[in-house]
Amino acid sequence: MSGGVDSSVAAALMLREGHEVVGATMKLWGGPSDSGCCSVADVEDARRVCQQLGIAHHVFNFTADFERDVVAPYVEAHARARTPNPCIACNAHLKFGRFLQRAPLLDFDAIVTGHHARVTRSGTTWQLRRGRDVAKDQSYVLYMLGQAELARVLLPIGELTKEQVRRLASDLDLRTAGKPDSQDVCFISKTGGRASFVGKRIPLREGRLVSSSGDDLGTVDALELVTVGQRRGLGLHAVSLPDRRYVVDVDLPRRTATVGTLEDLLVGTLQIDDMVWSYLPLLPDSAVRAQLSAHGRPLRGRWLGGPEPDGGTVVLEEPTRRVAPGQAVVLYGPGSGDGARDDEGGDVELGGDVELGGDVVLGGDVVLGGGTAA
Amino acid sequence: MLAYFDHASTTPLCPEARAAMDPWLSGSFGNPSGSHGVARAARQAIDEARDKVADFLGTSPGDVVFTSGGTEAANLAVLGRAGAAPGPVVVSAIEHHAVLHAAQAAERLFASAVRVIGVGNDGVVDLKALAAALDRTVSIVSVQLVNNEVGTVQPLSDVARLVRRRAPGAVLHTDAVQAPPWLDVAQLAAGADMVSISAHKFGGPQGVGALAFRRPVALEPMIYGGPQERERRAGTHNVAGVIGMAAALEAASQQRVVACERARRLGDKLKRGLLASIPGAHETAPGQEKLPGHCHLVIDGIESEALLVLLDGYGVAASAGSACASGAMEPSHVLVAMGYSAEVALGALRLTLGHTTSEADVALALRAVPAAVSRLGGSVIPAMAATG
Repeated sequence: MSGGVDSSVAAALMLREGHEVVGATMKLWGGPSDSGCCSVADVEDARRVCQQLGIAHHVFNFTADFERDVVAPYVEAHARARTPNPCIACNAHLKFGRFLQRAPLLDFDAIVTGHHARVTRSGTTWQLRRGRDVAKDQSYVLYMLGQAELARVLLPIGELTKEQVRRLASDLDLRTAGKPDSQDVCFISKTGGRASFVGKRIPLREGRLVSSSGDDLGTVDALELVTVGQRRGLGLHAVSLPDRRYVVDVDLPRRTATVGTLEDLLVGTLQIDDMVWSYLPLLPDSAVRAQLSAHGRPLRGRWLGGPEPDGGTVVLEEPTRRVAPGQAVVLYGPGSGDGARDDEGGDVELGGDVELGGDVVLGGDVVLGGGTAA
Repeated sequence: MLAYFDHASTTPLCPEARAAMDPWLSGSFGNPSGSHGVARAARQAIDEARDKVADFLGTSPGDVVFTSGGTEAANLAVLGRAGAAPGPVVVSAIEHHAVLHAAQAAERLFASAVRVIGVGNDGVVDLKALAAALDRTVSIVSVQLVNNEVGTVQPLSDVARLVRRRAPGAVLHTDAVQAPPWLDVAQLAAGADMVSISAHKFGGPQGVGALAFRRPVALEPMIYGGPQERERRAGTHNVAGVIGMAAALEAASQQRVVACERARRLGDKLKRGLLASIPGAHETAPGQEKLPGHCHLVIDGIESEALLVLLDGYGVAASAGSACASGAMEPSHVLVAMGYSAEVALGALRLTLGHTTSEADVALALRAVPAAVSRLGGSVIPAMAATG
């Protein structure tokens, strides 16, 4: 329980269903923070909600694990010119790692979180699906959940819209009913930002901006913080260029960032590493929808596979902006219950688009797997 | 059934304290600082309570300052002295945070140099290191009488001798919060200039304590206002609390020998049983002089955070190290000072007995702790785990 409204309502819903429920809050970040979870005030909110619900509340100190598995890799990724997603690392290592491992030791059958996503079952197979409220859907950051995890994770909030969650919280008079959603990385402060945090751990050095043809376009302060696709903060307004320019590549050893047009940024294929499959690895040449950011539009494409099962290529129907290396790419498709997967790839053959809360999700709402952009 | 093994954290109000407090919670109510009859009655009750506390701490009534608890008493001693007399503040590494954080505050507020004295693996302050840290400039030395986590009794008379010889200008404060009801504080703290106690550790109510002076010490007050407590601590007295503390102290003092004998017997049985049934369990500071009924272990490969949740489920209330503001468990600074790694320090288990502890409580703990350890993947010896 983060002390937010979603996990508060999740606890209340599980109680209502007759489960034996205990609240737990993970203390993850030991350093200063002005956003997100882990503040004393948030832990207090979680505790007070538990008191209101009449259940016990525990705080688990996972700060050492968080430092090792989330913060250190986050910093290290910047030192390799990658753009990591620490919330996904936290889900993989802490929420659905360390915390999920502790649950059976303490005699709990499952863990429940307040994520907007759903876990369903078809025969003997578990599926992770988008939440009913597509605008709030968080299935993207949960792609790492495999069968072993899905069997022991309950996501009751995924059946509700955010509005319904807030109304339930308000009906139950939960103190978190009106709390704003947290969106920021919990260990990065708003005042100092990423530069101040990363800069305290690794040296941030100046880099050169060059055009695709090698022309010198100026310099940028901290090349380690430059991201593929970035347009702002490059100081290019001083240089007279015909149209908008984006970072298309960062080369740390040569200390350069290549800047190009939108056209230079577009790619037709995605190379994905560290794939985690929800169930079986997808067969080569399967139709998929690839999602490249937390609330990005799913893009039609075909999974071609690769030499190793944990990596491969997706060919997109339409070119898209390059994904920064280190960002997650999540593949969606229809669940086996939604009709057979078809190699032809059209939406109709895929079992039809899925309607969720009034939104149409192209080509299915089931997470097939995901990985990080190479 | 609930077996409460966290008496070192707080122990239930004793019947004597409750009986003494009762009139002041339901009828009598005066402000002792007034000049009418209602006030005089309260004043008299406070004065009589002061006599008892002074007697227990081996000082005179005028040298007892009532506070809101042990933390305020220790703050007043350390910060109050640092504010009144410049010079280094010397503290042991295993002091309670009430002393350690007050010393750090003295550094910020009064630019006092802070010298932290290490301890050995035996949980006892290193006297050689203390001697080396003492000189004529030192303002205050603070060494606790008993460590609150591992229960080791500190060699206070040796500490006092060193302070007198090497730092004649320094005053010696001892945090004796954990000592009553088990030890004769007046005798053991005879060499100290200031002694802190807290009522709820010996059967009194929470929110009241005292700082006693055994010789005059100039202090800067920490709380400003009226002239109460000879202008050393302003604010209307917690009358019922002070009366409850005095009654509890008196009762504890009368029952000490019997209570100690009983706690030692039950505590030893608990400790021996756990060590025999859990091969990975190790007593901290074995062989040292400790409080009776104070059982402190570290268990290989076990995280106390999970262990405490399971024990809670079995109805055994135990504790581990200290908790941070959010309630999360932190590695104990005491164990780290004793040379344990942070990882081992996160596997601590403290079971502390008190006047309500029964044979049945011990029997339950002897079944529950091995069961919980086994559940968390630790090895246990079933034959022993089944008996007890």
